[in-house]
Amino acid sequence: MDFGKLFQLIIAASLINNFVFTRFLGLCIFFGVSKKMETAVGMSITFTAVMVISSALSWVVFKFIMVPLQLEFLKIIVFIGIIAAFVQSADTIMKKISPSLYYKLGIYLALITTNCIILAVPLINAGEGYSFIESMAFGLGSGIGFALALVIMASIREKLELADIPAPFRGLPISFIVAGLIALAFTGFSGLITL
Amino acid sequence: MAHTDKSNWELIKNGMFSENTIFRMAISLCPSIAVTNSLKNGFFMGVAVIFVQTMVNLTVSLIRNFINPKIRIPIFMLIIAGYVSLIDMSMAAFARPVYKQIGLYIQLIVAFASIFARAEVFAVKNKIVPSVADGFGMGVGFFLAMIVISFFRELLGKGALWGIPIVPGHPLLIMILPAGGFFAVGLLMGFFNWMDMKLTARKAAQGTTR
Repeated sequence: MDFGKLFQLIIAASLINNFVFTRFLGLCIFFGVSKKMETAVGMSITFTAVMVISSALSWVVFKFIMVPLQLEFLKIIVFIGIIAAFVQSADTIMKKISPSLYYKLGIYLALITTNCIILAVPLINAGEGYSFIESMAFGLGSGIGFALALVIMASIREKLELADIPAPFRGLPISFIVAGLIALAFTGFSGLITL
Repeated sequence: MAHTDKSNWELIKNGMFSENTIFRMAISLCPSIAVTNSLKNGFFMGVAVIFVQTMVNLTVSLIRNFINPKIRIPIFMLIIAGYVSLIDMSMAAFARPVYKQIGLYIQLIVAFASIFARAEVFAVKNKIVPSVADGFGMGVGFFLAMIVISFFRELLGKGALWGIPIVPGHPLLIMILPAGGFFAVGLLMGFFNWMDMKLTARKAAQGTTR
């Protein structure tokens, strides 16, 4: 396997095609949990882990079950089923094996099933025809990109609490404008690597 | 919310304005930025959501007495995913050029919090007609939000509407760039908040003078 290409894929997924700032996915979670640094970090860790594992699982199912049976058109239903089942079982296993970890990250797990990023990663993997390793690299890169976005946003929003903002813009509207500015900065990454 | 006693029109209005998915509840935000770079994309996305939301509410309401509460979440997921696949394939067949741009986001309607929430909060507990009205209202509210955002973005960013040029030149290229989407939604949200504050202030003033 060509490590250079994998590295490129990770960089491309995390910086150039950052999920939040150039593909606009996972915005609900992005605006929902970026109020505090601590929750943002917890969410990022959970997300990255779930993303890598679910992209691996759905790649196996897609390649060895759905393609041979010509069931590609069911991919939306099947992927969301896989993710829901995986998240549910991770939830149960974590509760049994490591209650302290569950106490910290459990609430984020519950939120994940209805999140578009987690579903988008397997759908893009299937669409682009990535190999097994490439799929996992793409999942990892996307997770890192999401984590980066969350941490940047959380650190800015913690400061925003102290700022004097016009009343109608308090809360979400100003966060959107801040996100716009970050997105503008992220367009600077485009053209960093040409795949 | 138990059985609702609001009229159907009130339910539709509720979804369109006071509980507008994007500007009020601030959920299902992803497509509000991703597909609003032109009026056409926004329009098709809105239509797809109206369809899915109405049909999901109808179906859930129809079978509400047969759903075991313990397994309701997977059942809702299946119903939603079914309708989304339907609209996904229809658009792939009949609206090819648009589908190429917004296909991924159409598939991701599955993960919309708003659709799931209406099934869970409203359709399971209510009769068919109010459920359909509620779903339709919510869908139209989303549709309107998409139209407003994409109207401003296409007009300012390309000087065109529905692909037809209106203003010559490239006035504000930034509005169709990714960043512009965030700005547009932020500014519109701020504007609606401002209107809301003015209106409540006026109502309060009228109340005291009376």
